[in-house]
Amino acid sequence: MAYAARHNGLPAIRPPLMKRIANASAPYLYSAPALILIVAVMLVPLVLGVSYAFRDIQLLNPFSGAFVGLDHFRALSEDQAFFRALRNTLWWTGASVLLQFSFGLILALLLDKPFPGRAIAQALVFLPWAVPSFLAGLNWAWLFNPVVGPLPHWLYGLGLMNQPANILSDPQLAMWGPIVANIWWGIPFFAITLLAALQAIPRDLYEAASIDGAGPVQRFLSITLPFLAPTIAITILLRTVWISNFADLIIVMTNGGPADRTQIVASYIFTQAFKRLDFGYASAIALVLLALLLAYSLLIVILRQWLLSKD
Amino acid sequence: MRAKSAFLTVAHRLAILAYIAFALFPLFWLLKVAVTPNDLLYTEGVRLWPSRASFEHFDFVLRHSSFPVFFRNSLIVSGSTAVIVTILSSLSGYALSRFNFRAKYWLVTLMLLTQMFPLVMLVAPIFKILSPLGLTNSLTGLVIVYTAFNVPFATFLMQSFFDGIPKDLEEAAMIDGATQFVAFRQIILPLTLPGIAATLGFVFTAAWSELLFSLMLISGNEQATFPVGLLSFVSKFSVDFGQMMAAGVLALIPACLFFLFIQRYLVQGLTAGAVKG
Repeated sequence: MAYAARHNGLPAIRPPLMKRIANASAPYLYSAPALILIVAVMLVPLVLGVSYAFRDIQLLNPFSGAFVGLDHFRALSEDQAFFRALRNTLWWTGASVLLQFSFGLILALLLDKPFPGRAIAQALVFLPWAVPSFLAGLNWAWLFNPVVGPLPHWLYGLGLMNQPANILSDPQLAMWGPIVANIWWGIPFFAITLLAALQAIPRDLYEAASIDGAGPVQRFLSITLPFLAPTIAITILLRTVWISNFADLIIVMTNGGPADRTQIVASYIFTQAFKRLDFGYASAIALVLLALLLAYSLLIVILRQWLLSKD
Repeated sequence: MRAKSAFLTVAHRLAILAYIAFALFPLFWLLKVAVTPNDLLYTEGVRLWPSRASFEHFDFVLRHSSFPVFFRNSLIVSGSTAVIVTILSSLSGYALSRFNFRAKYWLVTLMLLTQMFPLVMLVAPIFKILSPLGLTNSLTGLVIVYTAFNVPFATFLMQSFFDGIPKDLEEAAMIDGATQFVAFRQIILPLTLPGIAATLGFVFTAAWSELLFSLMLISGNEQATFPVGLLSFVSKFSVDFGQMMAAGVLALIPACLFFLFIQRYLVQGLTAGAVKG
């Protein structure tokens, strides 16, 4: 063994066959345990889930399991709750991403320059990221609850509400509950990634620009923004996909209610599987969601190609 | 000019304070209701701190409820997941960092894809697969599922740490006759200790927070993890706000500890798992 290794670096002597096989298989051996687990716990269930979409699978019905073709998709095309969930998903994702990004960007800019106490301030504002999502959801549900939470009373005091009521049970406003919780929870993510990108901008660029007489707004628009653009684009795109699938806060805070006003597609899938135990129908919705997300990603890739080719 | 810069400094500090207040207020309120005795909860509703604080809710939750069991279960699940994921991902991260092999591109693509598609899709099929194996309603089942979910992101994280260590180190060891695996174990891994700690922290936090799969796979109190136990407590005793929030504070403790622990690596971790929370 030691002999073969010693000659490894010499191209003139080819190592013996066994040694070459061992060398070639080494990376596969290192990655095999992880790969096997991913295939068994993610890929196999994914394929199985796709097959469920065309079968009648109900957990409590032992006679189910038959192939039903496109029946689930036909039912889905007439399912008003599904279309409402689709609209809600757009609203939930759009508002969450936009507000998380805006507040995250402002925070990153505020934290960019050194000031006394920056380390501790940074740790405190990033803390919500570490709060488990179920707890974030419960915590905000309690804050919105007029019995123990201050928010309804404050909104009432400001004249924004006729009486201290729970917005989570108001069909018109309920979606704002999970969105606010999501903003609170998601600001750190954007702030951290944008802050990292900000700190990578060469400082002398700013000095040169201010010697040339550029004001702060001009410096932001012509230096900061172009430098951040790639990071902004990629984080927003990935975050959009992630948040549209993120059902924890909704399931904890409203469970899709009142009257399905806060149901998004991801929480609808979970409800179908968890409450109604209708795995077939849940998988059919999941397949549609997957197709939509793929279409969205494809659209982004095409858009990027088009923008790049235009320059 | 001077007045203007002083004004900007004040505005900057105020904005930072506003962010801190927004970030901490919900957690502060959680703590506040948790230490408010029941007789004061409704009479002193929106006061910022009760006139008399007590630990009676914590006492109840720790001594007369199942929360210590939930806490222990969550600790077992998150701890084992973190350890197993870190072992697996240090192997696979090392492969991605040090070797050029034919399937590398596909491996990376597969791992990236697993980060993109909706995991909620897998709720039903995973239940169907685990149930005949006796792995539903079992902590082992949860550990297996969580490990698989966290391995891709942890692999990228470990890879980024390995990339920061020069290759010459193990090459020197191998010239001295060590096999690559020995060099990896005895030279590279000890140098990656901060990375290993960060990976442990990230995975522990992720497993501690997971909700949907634990709700689906676990029923009954014996095997319930913290989120499952807390949510069933909330739906059963929805008026015992003090106790619920005391339990919430307990769930927060490990998360906060690990946050302090991995704070320095947040940027690296979040970029490695760019799509993860």
